[in-house]
Amino acid sequence: MPQVGTSPPRVDGLAKVTGAALYVDDIQPPGVLFGRTVRSTVPYARLDAIELDPDFDWSQVTVVTAADLTGPNVIALIVDDQPALVPVGGTIRHVDEAVALVAAPSKPLAEEARKHVRLVTSPLEPVFSIEDALEAKVLLHGEDNVFKRFEINKGDIAVGFAEAEIVIEGTYRTGAQEQMYIEPQGVIASWEGETVRLIGSIQCPYYVHKALKALYVLADEQVIVTQAVTGGGFGGKEEYPSMISAHATLLARKAGQTVKLVYERDEDVAATTKRHPSRTIHRLGFMKDGTLLAAEVDVVIDAGAYATLSEVVLSRAVLHAGGPYKIPHVKIVGRAVATNHPPHGAFRGFGAPQTTFAYERQIAKAAQAVGQDPFVFRRHNMYHLGDVTATGQVLRESVATEEVLDAVEAALAKEGPNPRAEGDSLKRGRGVAFYNHGAGFTGSGEERLKGQATLALLDDGRFCVRSSSTDIGQGAQTTFGQIAAAAAGISPDQIVVAQPSTDNVPDSGPTVASRTCMVVGHVVGQAAAQLMEQVQAYAKANDLDPSDRVAVAAHSPSELQATVTYRPPPGIVWDDQTYSGDAYPVFGWACCVVDVAVDTDTLEVTIERCVHAVDVGKAINPRIVQGQIEGGTLQALGWALWESVLYENGRVLNQRMTNSIIPTSIEAPELEAILVEVPYSHGPHGAKGVGEIPMDGPAAAVANAIEQALGIATDELPLLPETLDRLTRGGGK
Amino acid sequence: MAPDSESGFSRREVLATAGGAAAIAGLAHGAVLAQEAPKGKIAWRGPSAGKVRLKINGTERTVNVEPRTTLLDALRDHLDLTGSKRVCDRGACGACTVWIEGRPQNACLLLAIEVEGVPITTIEGLGTPERLHPVQEAFCQEDALQCGFCTPGMVMSCVALLKSNPKPSSQETREAIAGNLCRCGTYPNVLSAVERVARGGK
Repeated sequence: MPQVGTSPPRVDGLAKVTGAALYVDDIQPPGVLFGRTVRSTVPYARLDAIELDPDFDWSQVTVVTAADLTGPNVIALIVDDQPALVPVGGTIRHVDEAVALVAAPSKPLAEEARKHVRLVTSPLEPVFSIEDALEAKVLLHGEDNVFKRFEINKGDIAVGFAEAEIVIEGTYRTGAQEQMYIEPQGVIASWEGETVRLIGSIQCPYYVHKALKALYVLADEQVIVTQAVTGGGFGGKEEYPSMISAHATLLARKAGQTVKLVYERDEDVAATTKRHPSRTIHRLGFMKDGTLLAAEVDVVIDAGAYATLSEVVLSRAVLHAGGPYKIPHVKIVGRAVATNHPPHGAFRGFGAPQTTFAYERQIAKAAQAVGQDPFVFRRHNMYHLGDVTATGQVLRESVATEEVLDAVEAALAKEGPNPRAEGDSLKRGRGVAFYNHGAGFTGSGEERLKGQATLALLDDGRFCVRSSSTDIGQGAQTTFGQIAAAAAGISPDQIVVAQPSTDNVPDSGPTVASRTCMVVGHVVGQAAAQLMEQVQAYAKANDLDPSDRVAVAAHSPSELQATVTYRPPPGIVWDDQTYSGDAYPVFGWACCVVDVAVDTDTLEVTIERCVHAVDVGKAINPRIVQGQIEGGTLQALGWALWESVLYENGRVLNQRMTNSIIPTSIEAPELEAILVEVPYSHGPHGAKGVGEIPMDGPAAAVANAIEQALGIATDELPLLPETLDRLTRGGGK
Repeated sequence: MAPDSESGFSRREVLATAGGAAAIAGLAHGAVLAQEAPKGKIAWRGPSAGKVRLKINGTERTVNVEPRTTLLDALRDHLDLTGSKRVCDRGACGACTVWIEGRPQNACLLLAIEVEGVPITTIEGLGTPERLHPVQEAFCQEDALQCGFCTPGMVMSCVALLKSNPKPSSQETREAIAGNLCRCGTYPNVLSAVERVARGGK
């Protein structure tokens, strides 16, 4: 069986199906203390005092406040504006912000102690909506509440709109979305002298490493961060683990004992990051024959109380706002604004789903305005090889626009697998979304990162992959094993992937941006090939059988290793000042079609069919890739139809899985996921990213389908029955 | 269920509500502590910890837990049986699904003292990496897991389904796992895994 393009079972399967896999809360160190977090209950206030109830027995409880910090009070990320704990005299900027920490020998005592810490605050006037933030009557940040602004220009939109025969404008809103990884956030921390050790549910061990080094002013080797088996992340465990890790290590240092800090579900939903709510105003100019001429996009995302990753999310939002369409005149402006919501952050798609929703609603309306079939309209305007994007990027290779549209249209010619919904009062509609997603980091990101991977020969003759790319369910271990095996010309069972730990693996860059297979997988393959050359050269020089790797390992005085640093493909040019150039080394392309049946009595929406063709370059493990598409699509359908984060005065009202719902097996339609493979010359075997792309498009397809079914403008998400009720009664937002 | 004479607690079935509120499907078969039990007849235990004998995976184990301790916490924190996961602690996600007398239930919705002496099966009692249950084998073959955190509960629900219904329809499987939330979206492959077992593992 070839190593690549085949679907051996995932290597982490056995431990997971038997319950033997050890996630962080399954690790029970002896004598561990249990931590809890004391959080603010007000959205915006000065913190005047932290009071410990004098009638409570604190003898067994460790209490930490900002006063216990010895280094800078900051969670280091991009802009260092978020404190680890709000200090007395400082400002509380959102509900459920961490103010103090407690740890005790039992969970009930820790929970009880938490309730006996009282915060004295003086409230300030908060800001919650994007509109209020832009109005800037109340200033939370700088002089305009704008954390970050980006602008992209191509051509001259004044000319474009003047020439256009038809101009349409719409305002599109999307709500926050909870990642709802099934495993809550958690870490275990301990100190040995001046060295801190931490294991946890983490996407990016080196992010935590960086944050802890800054917090305690430590050297690289004094911070050891290890990833435990991780129960899902979807972006939600990209930046937040730095916060919970800061807290656990603070408690452990003060207590002088190991501390476990695992969130309760309500706490996790209330306090950790979510997808950014957004508002996009989109103006589109075109000719009566359907030719697109001009687009003006103004996207604003609600960053929440701190900058965190919002500028990077915003970057991806603006860079995707042009879609897969040739438009000669484009202006895109993006702003991330400060509010008193808990910080919004990374979530699969990372800004692209929000702008994709806006432009694909506009494209649907434009096709309708000129009376064209949605596929005909899209084919007329789509990119081909050699076309130039809004940032001036020439699409030099791997443009799969035609391939994904062909694949979807071919599938639609056949009957779908789902039974049609039954009822007397159903209305049906079909919606299309056509879109692309940049794979890997933006612009010069990969060049700055210098992601590395090491392959090493173990004593048992197997090759060990050492990288900081974490397997969070997406199959990184299995995929790396297949890539390394193919490069070395050995069987995948001769490859073992090391548990990522900062004392044991190089920094491969974070496990984000659909880059793990494409970028890190690429260097894993190169390192595996180099290591095999070393093994063979060593065997030859020492008169050993090169296929007897156990003998080679035993003979070699030191471990044979090969480390490769990622180099972006030549010719990638990006200008951060003008936001122009090669935004991404390559794009994935996709088309999603959704058929809905809407019950006009209850306004419940049933997905009768969902065909989703996604170009992945090359599927290293088609079964795993298929799972990524199915999973991403279901999360997108959830965002479109069912998932709602209800904020009231900055507090999440629906904090539990009973009222913060995600799709179950009942709602999940049978998806028709189609893998399209148009290879990328710089990815392993042609592979591009796949993790995020399926999240971007389906929501627009759903909205377009419901618009067709009900004849209402479905310009906001989520499209809950109550949203549809308001829209059918003619009520805007 | 019969009253448990040793503990003195009686039990009552909780009726499934119409429509099932899929997310709490585990409750449908559930037993909860009787609220109306006459005080005088009960050998009260607690509020501090007391010994409770649990019959888990064929072995009797004694734990020292408070009356408020859930079966899930007793399994995880006192018996080191961590395959059952603590996720929502409110019976909404199914990650803690175990069998009580062979029927799938949410361990977070049961108190340990309620199930004293009653046969309990956890994921650890089903199969091991060396000797997989056919459903576990099928999960691996069909890639019916990603992050794996819902997987033990999902497997317990699927095995229970196949025991009572060896050839379930796709819709029956969907209903049987409706209380097991999977955010990775592996439902299609879970259905395939069940189908695989139903047709003899191929």
